[in-house]
Amino acid sequence: MISVGHYLAVSAVLFTLGVLGIFINRKNIIVILMAIELILLAVNINLVAFSAALNDLVGQVFAMFVLTVAAGEAAIGLAILVIYFRGRGTIAVDDANRMKG
Amino acid sequence: MIQLAAFYLFATVVIASAAMVIFARNPVHSVMWLILAFFNAAGLMLLAGAEFIAMLLVIVYVGAVAVLFLFVVMMLDIDFAELRAGFVRYLPLGALVAIILAAEIIFAVGAWSAGGVDLAARAAPVVSDKSNIQQIGELLYTRYIFLFEAAGIVLLVAMIGAIVLTHRSRGGVRTQNISAQNQRRPEDATRLVDPGVGQGVQL
Repeated sequence: MISVGHYLAVSAVLFTLGVLGIFINRKNIIVILMAIELILLAVNINLVAFSAALNDLVGQVFAMFVLTVAAGEAAIGLAILVIYFRGRGTIAVDDANRMKG
Repeated sequence: MIQLAAFYLFATVVIASAAMVIFARNPVHSVMWLILAFFNAAGLMLLAGAEFIAMLLVIVYVGAVAVLFLFVVMMLDIDFAELRAGFVRYLPLGALVAIILAAEIIFAVGAWSAGGVDLAARAAPVVSDKSNIQQIGELLYTRYIFLFEAAGIVLLVAMIGAIVLTHRSRGGVRTQNISAQNQRRPEDATRLVDPGVGQGVQL
């Protein structure tokens, strides 16, 4: 019998892998964006698992909204990446200080 | 029994491919592993009964987002070996953060399963005689219609933002100027001359 705990375990591992991916690929912003997608996927799995466990559809509706935001975030992130590469000729982001912030 | 086997299959592949996403040396391989992870996550959601979200994962994530990543990875000319330089240096910090996060999530799950959480207040219970997508549609177009439209606006802003950010107007290119064409009058473009006999033609 699959319980909600199974799903939560998978989601937790996926979330953790996403955060780990951000930290170990600090220079490669493409892999950082992919790791963010993994984190959002873990969130979606959590929402769907609770939606199924609680017999409540709102979780799936919110999973759809999370998916929308993830798609927009990927598009904007990759656009910023393209113009950054165009200006600098590299995508090493650990020394990104264009705005002197 | 077969549910459990399918669950463990999907879960194992999704976790293994997620690990390969962040550990692969070549970002193109990372995108491929990402696609595998999304497919298996869609399988997990199918097992949970969320058919619409599963199909959305396949269409939006695999069909749009992963292909977008693939385009960008292949378009940019990047020396990926140089980008891997800090891998070992950042590993302890990353592992520490990951362990802390995992411990927190495990703690939260343990607290939830220990009971005492009131789950009785349900917002939209599942009606069993309707399909999943019909129920989601009825919920989305009635109670969450404003959120749905807000999601559309988010996508529109993302699209316009991506175009504005990456658009580059190149100089020295002769393109069609429609308003200038439409505003052109016959008196601007032609002139009447009255040449003398034998003078109108230059050979």
